[in-house]
Amino acid sequence: MSGVLADSWFMAQRHLRALLRQPAWIVVTLVQPVMWLLLFGALFKAIVELPGFGADSYADFLTPGIVVMTALFSAGWAGMGLLQDYDRGILDRFLTTPASRVSILAGPLAQQSLVTIVQSLIIVGLGLLVADASFPGGVLGVIVVIVAAILLGTAVGALSNALALIVRKEETVIATVTSLTLPLSFLSGTFMDLNLAPDWIATVAKFNPLEWAVVAGREALTAESVDWAVVGTRLGLLAALVVACFVVATRAFRSYQRSV
Amino acid sequence: MAAIEAEELVKTYPGEVRALDGVSFSVEPGTIFGLLGPNGAGKSTTVKILTTLSRPDSGRATVAGHDVLADPAAVRRAVGVVGQRNAVDGEATGRENLLLQGRLYGLRGRELTARVDDLLERFRLADAGDRFAKGYSGGMQRRLDVALGLVARPQVLFLDEPTTGLDPEVRVAMWDEIAQLAREEGLTILLTTHYLEEADQLASQLAIVDRGKVVAEGGPEQLKAELRGDTILVELDDGDGDGPAVEAALGRLDGVRDVAVEGRALRARADQGARAVPAVLAALEGAGIPVASVTVARASLDDVYLRYTGRTFEEAEESQAEPAGAGAEER
Repeated sequence: MSGVLADSWFMAQRHLRALLRQPAWIVVTLVQPVMWLLLFGALFKAIVELPGFGADSYADFLTPGIVVMTALFSAGWAGMGLLQDYDRGILDRFLTTPASRVSILAGPLAQQSLVTIVQSLIIVGLGLLVADASFPGGVLGVIVVIVAAILLGTAVGALSNALALIVRKEETVIATVTSLTLPLSFLSGTFMDLNLAPDWIATVAKFNPLEWAVVAGREALTAESVDWAVVGTRLGLLAALVVACFVVATRAFRSYQRSV
Repeated sequence: MAAIEAEELVKTYPGEVRALDGVSFSVEPGTIFGLLGPNGAGKSTTVKILTTLSRPDSGRATVAGHDVLADPAAVRRAVGVVGQRNAVDGEATGRENLLLQGRLYGLRGRELTARVDDLLERFRLADAGDRFAKGYSGGMQRRLDVALGLVARPQVLFLDEPTTGLDPEVRVAMWDEIAQLAREEGLTILLTTHYLEEADQLASQLAIVDRGKVVAEGGPEQLKAELRGDTILVELDDGDGDGPAVEAALGRLDGVRDVAVEGRALRARADQGARAVPAVLAALEGAGIPVASVTVARASLDDVYLRYTGRTFEEAEESQAEPAGAGAEER
């Protein structure tokens, strides 16, 4: 096991170093969430006045949702990095070393997590400073949002890598990711209080991992008195999902081995 | 004990013909073994199976005494692999590439840094070691690639088409590096190539692979010697050589055999080439087949290939240029 951890750390170093050499890239990935938070948030500001909407300020309501949604969107692309390594032969080089397969996934996912931390802090900061949100959950609330975002991002990132290993075509990964991420967002309470949504959407959302992360983050960050049972169950579900997705991804290596 | 033992390896890709159709060979420790064949013959598939990247449908193989299917982890610890493409991380420096590779094999601390310094020095990358690898020339990337395969002092080194895509001068320099490596480190090297000259220069033992099968095995000199005698190359003056007519004309000559016509090129073998030339020319003239030039040469690996597969190497390469599954990647 220590071998797996050590290998994962070495692989993570490679990706973190690449990221730190191009920090501007983080800013690029922030363009979309900032649009959602500042423009979409402003446009629908009055939505909280709907009778039954469970928040007083749309900025408070929206910010944790945008944080986890951003993690979902960028994690969807994780497989593209693996495809680049595959195209260059780097993946095969790693696969012929004694390094554990898990560590090959862990590298890009560690990078992903660092990106998520930086993005989340910036989005929360913008929510506070520009959109005038207030977060009673404080620092602990922010930490929970970030943990939820990292868990979701890691699970989705592992799946994206598995998909990339199996299809080995950038077009297929792009098509799958773009056709899944936005619907997942609309089938959750990211933008809208689900009490006011159609029943079927509320039902579907219960099985949507994005919704788990939104609920945990929003509860911890914006509730006046946090119901930790709500937060804990959602984080637990997300952690279980991470494990399941890693199992799928390591299986995908076997499928890769059969097909090359 | 053999360093590599392959027995009846079979591999079929979905929707394709058999990439390997029962490949067997054995490699003695400390030698350079060449797998020679045209593109698509199954060389890379063989390497993938022996390096645990891929699994055969049937057959078995051991590398450095470890079974590739039963104990892939032990195989991975014992081998270094240099793939067909430059598998170098361009966003990292040469040194960082080597350090990571070494760590994945469990090297740490001073042992690792000393090994990396050594390799940078030996592959003439010491000055470039701290620059990003994406800025390296093709030859430098290739050298870094080979260095990556050597970091953990493997017992067996696999070089899959080590000089494909390199300029001729760089290629010759690479041959020197490989030959030196084998001498100094006592490594077993398995090298695949579709360059006859490369196999001839480097390999002490060869397996000629064609359409997923080993068609001949032996040392280059031995394989050529088995052909006996010389090759007579006749350039016909006629647009398309009339194969059957030529064969009929030469078939009656004593000591002339293995007659093959391809376009305007006629190849035949004779125990003593120079002595057979007048008779060959007379026979062709008698059959009314005009001749542009005649050359007599010692047997080459191309002749060996022709002898065992019934086609010249060049022809095989061309027929592979547009394989059944067009655009299929090289395996």
